[in-house]
Amino acid sequence: MSEIAPKELRIVGFLCNWCSYGGADTAGVSRFRQPTDLRIIRVPCSGRVDPLFIVKALLNGADGVLVSGCHPRDCHYTDGNFYARRRLEMLKQLLPYLGIDEKRFHYTWISASEGQRWQKTVTDFTNQIHKLGPLHSTTEAHSGS
Amino acid sequence: MGPEKMKEIITDVLKDVDVVIGYKQGFDKLHATPCFINKAEQIEEIIWSPVCVQNLASFLPSLKAKKVGVVVKGCDSRTIVQYMQEGLIDRSKVVVVGIPCTGVVSVKKVLDKVNHQPIEDVVFEADGAILVKTPAGETKLSLADVSPDKCSTCLYPTPVVYDHLAAEPIKSVKAPEDVYKDVEEFEGKSLEERKVYWEKEFDRCIRCYACRNACPMCVCQDSCIAESRDPHWISQKSNLSEKFMFHMIHSIHLAGRCVECGECERVCPMGIPVNALKKKLNHDMKALYNYEPGVNPEDKPPMYTFSVEEKKIEEHKL
Ligand code: SF4
Ligand code: SF4
Repeated sequence: MSEIAPKELRIVGFLCNWCSYGGADTAGVSRFRQPTDLRIIRVPCSGRVDPLFIVKALLNGADGVLVSGCHPRDCHYTDGNFYARRRLEMLKQLLPYLGIDEKRFHYTWISASEGQRWQKTVTDFTNQIHKLGPLHSTTEAHSGS
Repeated sequence: MGPEKMKEIITDVLKDVDVVIGYKQGFDKLHATPCFINKAEQIEEIIWSPVCVQNLASFLPSLKAKKVGVVVKGCDSRTIVQYMQEGLIDRSKVVVVGIPCTGVVSVKKVLDKVNHQPIEDVVFEADGAILVKTPAGETKLSLADVSPDKCSTCLYPTPVVYDHLAAEPIKSVKAPEDVYKDVEEFEGKSLEERKVYWEKEFDRCIRCYACRNACPMCVCQDSCIAESRDPHWISQKSNLSEKFMFHMIHSIHLAGRCVECGECERVCPMGIPVNALKKKLNHDMKALYNYEPGVNPEDKPPMYTFSVEEKKIEEHKL
């Protein structure tokens, strides 16, 4: 973990219950080392992730947001991740238009058996966010609701 | 482009609908106001000129129970097509009176030109000139100089859907590639410049929600999540992040649905370019799914559907 700066940043992860949350669990059970900046929010399906969740997180203090669901064709609810893909791609392209670096938001697909892939994703994404640094300056009043 | 032919059509249409929505003169010659006609004697009130700016199609979802005739310009007609795509109206209960349009005025732009003097008279001449009379004298303007931005790139001067047409159809002379030129130009700016731009624009927002109320596609109205307390998406605090969030709600809920009627910008008291983010989204929808809102009733809005293999979406690498 030497490449990660000592100060933790705030990264929010939305993981679907059936695949990616399982993948994160697999990584944990296998005792894979992972950076600790990520706060996981479990959702029933990546299709449950309203793009506004991501915007809200970024506006209210998160430095990065990661969304992960089942691989396309493997959705527990058949097509939730197909809808998610369109919505998340829409946001991915909108963020830079607003002046928010699109690298602060990543979406991907990880299955319950892919503990290693999970470990690599979290590590790489956390590194990416550390390279970008904090999104909000500490003096900024992002007190939220 | 007098309203005579339109009045004839409406006289006929009125026989088998509950109400016809058209324009009548407002408190002065620069302002038109929507009027709801259900008696033949009201037909004389009807006007048609470049001051008829409102998108009257917006009333249709709330009048779903009735049979309604509606007067629409080219741009407004796209609203009807979008409603059809989304199942928000029953097309068989709507009679569309289309008006081929050569452009409307922006009331704000005209008022700026005459220093916000009281309007005594407005005359539209055949060659596109506008004579505006105020106590300070007469000002001659050209329509092109006082049109809203949407008219300068309008591809659909003749309604895309209608049952009756009040004049000869007009062909667009505008280039389709110009529609999103502003979006592409803005994308040429640096991230920091864009951030500063939006912060400056959204900071002026007073969250009056006029933009949302006027938007024909904001059909949730009183159930809008910008105002609900449960869930509490945004608070009543008047700070930039709450204002920003409101605009993200409006934009994202309009993704691939905005018909670019420009009502949001027209009604904003703070002069915020409210339509700009939706145009960016439309630009992307066109690039990703070759989709354009409000043009073909058979189309499906891109966020209402998916392809198993998305041809244009690539996996993002870290
Ligand atoms: S967002 Fe603005 S331009 Fe788009 S449909 Fe609504 S009012 Fe019209
Ligand atoms: S109309 Fe203008 S000021 Fe009012 S909420 Fe919309 S953007 Fe803000």
